Parts: sequence; structure tokens; C-alpha cells
Amino acid sequence: MISKLKQKLSRTREGIVGKVKASVSSRKEINEDLYEELEEILISGDLGVDLSLNMIEEIREKVTDLGVKKPENIIKFFKSAMLKTLDGESSKVQPKINDSYFSPGIKPYVIMVVGVNGTGKTTTIGKLAAHFCRHNKKVLLSAADTFRAAASEQLEIWAKRAGVDIIRNQPGADPAAVAFDSLQAATSRDVDVLIVDTAGRLHTKSNLMEELKKIHRVLGKVIPEAPHETLLVLDATTGQNGLNQAKQFTQAVGVNGIVLTKLDGTAKGGIVLSISNELGLPVKFIGVGEQVDDLESFDSTEFIEALFQ
Amino acid sequence: MFQDLSEKLEVVIKKLKGHGKLSEKNISDSLKEVRRVLLEADVNFKVAKAFIASVQEQALGKKVLRSITPGQQIVKIIHDELSKLMGEKEATLNVTGALPTVIMLTGLQGSGKTTLAGKLGLYFKDRGHKPVLAAADIYRPAAVKQLEIVGEQIGVPVIHEDSKSAAKICLKAMDYCRKHGSDLVIFDTAGRLHIDGTLMNELLEIKKKTQPHEILFVADSMTGQDAVNTAKEFLNWLDFDGVVLTKMDGDARGGAALSIRTVTEKPIKFISTGEKFDALEKFHPERMASRILGMGDVVTLVEKAQQAVDQEQAEKLEKKLRRQQFTLKDFYDQLQQIKKMGPLDQLMGMIPGAQKGMMKGMQLDDTAFVGVEAIINSMTPGERQRPQIIDGSRRRRIAKGSGKSVQDVNQLLKQFKMMQKMMKNVNKIGLKGLPIGF
Repeated sequence: MISKLKQKLSRTREGIVGKVKASVSSRKEINEDLYEELEEILISGDLGVDLSLNMIEEIREKVTDLGVKKPENIIKFFKSAMLKTLDGESSKVQPKINDSYFSPGIKPYVIMVVGVNGTGKTTTIGKLAAHFCRHNKKVLLSAADTFRAAASEQLEIWAKRAGVDIIRNQPGADPAAVAFDSLQAATSRDVDVLIVDTAGRLHTKSNLMEELKKIHRVLGKVIPEAPHETLLVLDATTGQNGLNQAKQFTQAVGVNGIVLTKLDGTAKGGIVLSISNELGLPVKFIGVGEQVDDLESFDSTEFIEALFQ
Repeated sequence: MFQDLSEKLEVVIKKLKGHGKLSEKNISDSLKEVRRVLLEADVNFKVAKAFIASVQEQALGKKVLRSITPGQQIVKIIHDELSKLMGEKEATLNVTGALPTVIMLTGLQGSGKTTLAGKLGLYFKDRGHKPVLAAADIYRPAAVKQLEIVGEQIGVPVIHEDSKSAAKICLKAMDYCRKHGSDLVIFDTAGRLHIDGTLMNELLEIKKKTQPHEILFVADSMTGQDAVNTAKEFLNWLDFDGVVLTKMDGDARGGAALSIRTVTEKPIKFISTGEKFDALEKFHPERMASRILGMGDVVTLVEKAQQAVDQEQAEKLEKKLRRQQFTLKDFYDQLQQIKKMGPLDQLMGMIPGAQKGMMKGMQLDDTAFVGVEAIINSMTPGERQRPQIIDGSRRRRIAKGSGKSVQDVNQLLKQFKMMQKMMKNVNKIGLKGLPIGF
């Protein structure tokens, strides 16, 4: 798994870590120039100005405290700084998509998927469905994106690929009603996992965010704890705006995990470090391609290791 | 759009303007702040660096330091550099007399190509062209279906074919144009990564076989630092002609917008600002620079007003205003016209001085008018003509009819009275040359 991840993330690695390594190995001593170059690398990796400067400051302190002279020793400081940002103080391993993913007794387990337009929500749901299926879970999809043209058709194709059922309604139907029907169907059909697709929306549109809250509320009317999980799908190419997205969606529907998509490009996904740093939201899955199995559970240690190998 | 960027720049600028005299240190401190604001807005690191260097060089020139208002001089330099960054002159689409003019849309997944195809289709249809859309995305599930629905919504034919060759579909669409007298075709291609050689070659094949007059790179305005790399790669492969920025109605700071133009030296031609198909604006670098710096964009506002306002009605209204016969009915019509001009929050951004500080906490979506409309709708024609006849019992009836409280009705009537007063004053000063309603 690590080697595949490594291969898929090769672009990302060439981004931040590759540049850090190159910058470090081209120098004989640690000086201001090096720090400046590191700052440029981090900011160019979408980590944001604040986080980048803080990280550099932290490394600088360690270098002075420990009397480090050789530039290459900086790399391990980098690793631990990034890991700390992703995990907070303790190391967190996100649950893998297998039997232990669900707490026992929760059935159906309801996952609601939200995000701005074009981040890859529908594709992610298709991949998730296939993964759960492979672990012998009975999955039902809910096409609550009734706004975008052909969104439910797109989800239906993914449902067919994964071999799962889908509940859909007419375009323009009330998405909350679709979600409600789906959850009722999930209960009566003895489904293990229900995944609710929602229309992409900009987090600044208050009316659309209200609509999203309504979907969230309505699910809770059928089963009080539902949705058990709300995933924010974030495009890895997103810049500092990702932080606003995470904040607004969390405020509206209590996001508790992030799916980082399109990591197979050259984008560095540095924004998730910013988000972890500020909101403490964990990354649960990463999307690394267009095939149905191009979805990985996120493990921060593995992720950073893969970046540094 | 660009909200955060302009808000933050404003703070820096305020500080700058506050200084009577500027020392070199003042300037470089402020510019450091500006650099930070730019970086936080996702302006590419190198672009930001060059930008600051250029402003600094000009700002330290003798002219600025000796001027009476050095702060304003620097703001002007920043403004000029910003619009330079965005391309100075506005660029148009290369619509030729060819039959058909070929426009090809390219970009990463999820940047908004299919929606843009619809918007461009409507844009040209509204301007007397007969556009056709070609569904050349043969990979994404239901992409063709999506474009078909879009085509239906805007009333433009969509050409598709169950084929493994995107180029073939494009050629078929061009063929259709020639046969049916359509003068413009828009290719909706599949989203792809710039590092995917096979798929980039597919685009190249389409380009070679169809010789598009205009290849547009569609970029998400929320993209981060990687935007320039992607844009550069697409440029290397395709040598595109222009850029379209999408999702500009969010709170993205749009730094990518500034950087892409600088790095590729290709103009930004359109910006896409909403979910509806008419939410497409031509990109004006100069005006955008003003908007970013919080100087407003009156030109666009007036243009929008001209589009939305019925000239004859406007003249009638002007007469009424002069004779001070402005009634609630007229007020209601005005509201409808303002609504036609576009989302309120975007309009506010164009008014000089009406920056976000003033508007903080106000929800300026179109529902802001709903209550007012309901109240006016619950009045009799006579009441709308002569609001002074609305007494207590009428107020209660109107409140009931509109589902609002009597206080709401009172407030509206009070506001209307104040407005009439204001009109009187405006009349004294003279109204000529002002677009109605402003």
C-alpha cells in the first residue's frame, strides 16, 4: 500500500519535500538564505503564510537549541513539524475502510458528503461505495444533488459500477426529501451504509447553506444521530480559500472529516496542514486518481513517510 | 469576489495614506504587509515578489517622496501595477467570420467547463449568434447528459456521439454547423491533469484537426499556488489564447487570477460569477484593480443598469421624480429592475466607498427584497399611489396580508417618506446624467 501511495504521490513529493531536500543538500551551512528558501517552498505549497512562518520559527529554535550545524539534519525537523501539524500532539491513525470502520450496532451508518462545486464529491462517493462493498457491506446511495444537470445520472453510473442501489428523484426535487426517503429506504432494506450526495455549493451562499442544514436536520429526524459522519470534499489544488470552506461548512453542518481529492496532480495539498492546524479537522481519505480503487485511507505518518521517502 | 483581498489591502492603504511624509522604512514596512496580503490571497510567490519589487522601485523614486500626498501616490502605483498584473487592456474573444467560429474549452477536472459552455452558449445566443455545443467529454460519467440538459435549458443544440474519439465528435459538430447555418461551436472537453500525457495528446489532436479560433483555459479562482504550474503546462501543450476564471462569486481572494495572467502572458477574457447561466462577465483589468482596492467599479455598475433598465420606463420615472410624484408603485418597479441587475452583494462591491466594512453582518442576498415586496403587494393600487391614506386599520390589514408585522409596514412607509424627501433634495441639485435609481 505504501509503495502505491508513494508512486501516486510522487508529484506531491517532488513538490514540497523534494524542494526542501534539494535546497538543503545544495548548502554547506544553515543560514538566512536557507530559511528564506524554505519559507518560499512552504508558502508555494499552499501551507499559508502564518503556518509557514511558524514552522520555520520552530525549526529555527530547534537548530539553535540543539546546536545543529549540518543542513540535512533539518529534514527530520521538518518531518516532525508537519506531522505535529497534521495530528496535533498525539499521533492519530484514521480508521481504514473495513469492518472496524463502523462502531458496532450503528445501522444504517449515514455519511453525508458536502463541498464546493467541482471538488469531486460524486466521484468520491462512487469510490467509497465500492470500498464498502468490497468489505461486504450493503451500501445505498442517495442522489440528493437535485440541482446540477445530470448529477443523479452520474451517481447512478457509479452505483452500477460499484453494484449498489441508489435512491433518486426528479431534477429540482427537494434534496432534503430525497435524503429523507433514502434514509427510510435504508432502514427498511437493512442497509449497512447510506451515503448522501449533495449539490456543490459555495460556502458564501447563505441560502444554499441553509438548504444543506435542512438536509442535515431531516436526516436527524429519521435517526437522531444521523448523519454519523459528515465529510467535506476538498480539492488538493485549493489555496487559502480552503480554510474558509472548512470553517463555513463545519459551522453549518458539523463536518468531522476531510476527503482530499485530486492528489495525483502536481498540487501539494498543503492546505490540509493549514486546516488541521487551525480547525483540527482530520483528513480521512485521499483521492489519487479516476479509477474506482483510487481512494486511500489517510494515515498521517504514512503520508509524511511517503512524502519523505 | 476579491473581498478579502480588498479588505486587507484597504487596511494597509489606510495606514499609508495616514502618513504626511513617508520614509523609506514606512514604505518598505507597508509593502511587506502588502506582500503578505498577496500571499494570503494565493498570489504566486514569485509573482508577489516581483510585484513588490516593482512597486518599491517606483515608490522610492523622488517624485513620490516629495509629493504632498505620498500615500495616495503609492496607492496609485499599486493600482497601476495591479491592473498591469491583470493585463491592462481588456481582451475580446476572437469571433471571426468563419463558419463556424470554433471555441475550445480546456482545464482541470471540476474547474467548471461544462457550466461555462452553457454560459458562453447563452452569451453568444443573446448577441445574435447561432451557437452549438459539442459534448467532447467522453470520460466522465453522465458528462454528455449534463451538457444535453444545459443545452436544453439555454435553447442551444448539443452534438454528441457514442464515440471513443473526442476529435471526431468535434468535427461532427463543425459539420453540423455548416449544414445548419450555425456560426459558432463550443467544445466541452473532459477535465484532465496536465501531467497526463495521453489525455493532453487528445486535446492536441482536437486542436490539430479543428484549428480552433479560440482555446480557453478554464481555471477555478479558488486554486492555490499550483495554479501557475497547471496553466503553464496547458500553455506548453496547447498554446491557449485566453483564460476564464470561474467561481468568482465565492470569497476566494483570486490571487491565482493575478498570477496566471502574469505567468502565461495570456489575457483573462471572462469571469464567471454565479450559478445562473447569465452570470458571466467580461474581464476588465482596470476596473478589477479598482474593485480590489475598494475604489468601486462604477462603469460596470452603470453598464449593468443600462442593460436591466427599460429606457422608456426610466424616462417616465425621471419625469415623475422631477414632479415629485414618485409613488410606492414606482418604488416597487425600481426594486424589480435592481434585481435584474444581479445579486445585491456583487452590486454593492461596485459602489465606491460602499466597502464591506459598512455591510458587515448584513445578508445581502436577493431575499432581502422579499418582505418589502410582500408588503407593497398587499396594498391596494390606491394605497400605492397615495401612501398618506394608509391609516392604522389599513396598516393592520397590510401586515396581515403580507405576513409581516405592523412595525415592518411602518418602517417601510417611513423609509419611503425619507426617500421622497431625499428625491426632493436631489431634484434641487439636479438629476441630469445620473442613471435612475442611483
